[in-house]
Amino acid sequence: MATLTPSVTLKNLKPGQGRGGEVQPPASGGDGNGRNGNGAPDYGSRLRRARLGLAVAVVPITMLFVAFTSAYVVRQGLPTYDERTGTYLRDWLQLQLPVAALLVNTLLLLMSSVTVEMARRQLARRAALAPAGDIPGVSLGQERNFPWLGATVVLGVGFLTGQWMAWQEFAARGFYLATNPSSAFFYLLTAAHGIHLAGGLVVMLYAAAISLTRRPIETRCIVVDITAWYWHFMAVLWLYIFALLWFVG
Amino acid sequence: MASSATVHAHAAPQGFIRKYIFSLDHKVIGLQYYFLALAAVFVGMFLSLLMRIHLIWPTAVLPLVGEIKPETYLQLLTMHGTIMVFFVLTTAPQSGFGNYFLPIQIGAPDMAFPVLNMLSFWTTFVAFVVMIAAFFATGGAPLHGWTGYAPLSALQSAGPGEQLGADLWITSIAIFCIASLMGALNFITTILDMRAKGMMLMRMPLTCWAWFITAILGLLAFGVLLSAGILLLLDRNLGTSFYVPLVVVNGQVMGHKGGSPLLWQHLFWFFGHPEVYIAILPGMGVASQLLSTFSRKPIFGYRAMVYAIMGIGVLGFMVWGHHMFMSGMSPYSAFAFSIMTMAIGVPSAIKTFNWLGTLLHAKIRLQSPMLFAIGFVSLFVSGGLSGPFLAQPVLDIPLHDTYFVVGHFHLIMGVAAIFGIFGATYYWFPKMFGHMMNETLAKWHFWLTFVGTYAIFMPMHYLGMAGHPRRYSQLTEVAYLHRLIPVQTFMTYAAFVTIGAQFIFVVNLFWSMFKGPKAADNPWEATTLEWTTATPPPHDNFGGHTPVVNHGPYEYNVPGAAKDFIMQTDPAGVTAH
Repeated sequence: MATLTPSVTLKNLKPGQGRGGEVQPPASGGDGNGRNGNGAPDYGSRLRRARLGLAVAVVPITMLFVAFTSAYVVRQGLPTYDERTGTYLRDWLQLQLPVAALLVNTLLLLMSSVTVEMARRQLARRAALAPAGDIPGVSLGQERNFPWLGATVVLGVGFLTGQWMAWQEFAARGFYLATNPSSAFFYLLTAAHGIHLAGGLVVMLYAAAISLTRRPIETRCIVVDITAWYWHFMAVLWLYIFALLWFVG
Repeated sequence: MASSATVHAHAAPQGFIRKYIFSLDHKVIGLQYYFLALAAVFVGMFLSLLMRIHLIWPTAVLPLVGEIKPETYLQLLTMHGTIMVFFVLTTAPQSGFGNYFLPIQIGAPDMAFPVLNMLSFWTTFVAFVVMIAAFFATGGAPLHGWTGYAPLSALQSAGPGEQLGADLWITSIAIFCIASLMGALNFITTILDMRAKGMMLMRMPLTCWAWFITAILGLLAFGVLLSAGILLLLDRNLGTSFYVPLVVVNGQVMGHKGGSPLLWQHLFWFFGHPEVYIAILPGMGVASQLLSTFSRKPIFGYRAMVYAIMGIGVLGFMVWGHHMFMSGMSPYSAFAFSIMTMAIGVPSAIKTFNWLGTLLHAKIRLQSPMLFAIGFVSLFVSGGLSGPFLAQPVLDIPLHDTYFVVGHFHLIMGVAAIFGIFGATYYWFPKMFGHMMNETLAKWHFWLTFVGTYAIFMPMHYLGMAGHPRRYSQLTEVAYLHRLIPVQTFMTYAAFVTIGAQFIFVVNLFWSMFKGPKAADNPWEATTLEWTTATPPPHDNFGGHTPVVNHGPYEYNVPGAAKDFIMQTDPAGVTAH
């Protein structure tokens, strides 16, 4: 019979095909055992494994700061021999923190936690919606997503810059690394935190970079998910360090 | 239960670099760690040989090394201890054999994070290179002992080797901490998330339990060592005073004040005690494995063995003060640490009696892996029994820093843990390389090493009780040590024989790799998953299929079974449970 239009056939899409470089996470066809059709671990398993890895990684970082805290508290109360008076005195100088700078930095870091969480959820939503793009006639459109990840990077760099400026202010008041045990711990704790945060920033830059390539959205989701949770841990850790320095300074 | 193991995500690599250098395959990485440890143990043994020669021939001028001055002796013992503890005992049993066999024994195709695994080996390698570089730094290697006590280790002017050499030593250890933490992360995630279907935690071989608890110990301890090292680097190079009080060196007042050497001791030993359990637990797991296999009997009291490993791990974090009884601590603190230390004897004794219970009434096959397993039990008892002596603060007063301590930790770490490595090597060699090792050479190696190490280290207990301090390089200068020199002489000759015997092992190892008789897939008739797979195992360990586990790990001589062993993947049916 004559037709004006060719008949439409639904292609049976295999996992791994998609549109716009966004590979759908295979929702069906798995064997219920955490594997998908072709035997590779499915998205849920991979995400859980990555999150487990992060939970484990948090432990030694915490132990590092537990050790520093213990050293900090004990050192504070330790009397030391004072040659001038010939007696044992406590030599701990009360910290004069550059509070304003630190508060601004804290605000930046908390804001960056919000932005990275938005990035995480945005990507998870995109991944969940991706299969819909394969239905004929449905278009996800070229959505203009807010660059939450980029915003986090900016805020994160802002935090580190602000910490550097707080150091400058602290030094301007005469507190250098070797001036007093209290100042030594200030630099030690903030530097250790800053280095770990910088590591998280590097991973975030990697996550931002791979979003520009045609990596499967599952992988991008997992990288951003782990980075976001690590970032929240860094924020909580900073709040702890700030509180320690302020209340136990 | 966690998600099952799956077919490996990446195909087997091509090309020499991807296959053997930057491999992501846990089996290759395990062997890389093993051979790194082998290189390290020869460096460590050479250093101890120099020490033993110097003790009885103090004025000898040796080829290559020259004269051994007292400070040189201290440098030798520092590097000997550091290299042996970190690059041999923390590396071979856990990172070497653990990396190779943990995934296979739990039915997984690889570790959870293969790229991280590859990075953790190469980071360990870099740490080793940095450590060896300390020998070539201006001033040479540090002389502050593997324990690195401040302020000796915290002042650049404290002695030869304490400038660049000490900085390299600390840096190497810091890099090693990071590498170990990466490895521990992989082990824990793999065990929790990648066990095959049917491989419940209480069906894991005791080797896997040991690797698991060891990884947890490492996870909690290495962060603290890293913190200690960071503070030490700051004191040495940036003028802080974490560890250094007001000190005068060679008449010159140093710029530090207010620091506490005790802080270093606390931070170091909080790591240092769990570290020695990290060194011994994998050997205990291997001993259980071998004793069961070669007795053709289930391990006596599997559950108790699991809880004992956990108990040793937990208690191991509560006893660090027993290294500090002479530091001036309150007797009440000393009492607390003493009680906790003696408490560790309980799970250790449970394990020992269970090993003996496994051997009781058994049809023992005295092949070389079994010899080393029984040797392990013997040495663990011998070395372990001197522990409760040292755990008494009152007894520690005369015994601290004497040869009694040196004998104690060498028997436990320097021999028992090494026997764990030897036993594991002879046991798993057929699976790793597809050939059998020579049994005659193995037996010579065992007997010479067993008798030799007892000859070296048992007399040290008498030396210690007689008041012979450790780390002394000159015995002739001290009158009351003169009558102990014959004992030192005996120990040195025993050391010559024992070190010589290790070459039998090395020859056997490398010759058998290429020329040994071909090995069957399961030459020891063992039950665990590594023996179900091909020899050597294929890239994804199980040749495309995922194992399903129906049995526990030690089902030997089960009444009603056709053979005297049931493999873990055999169909459910006749079972012990």
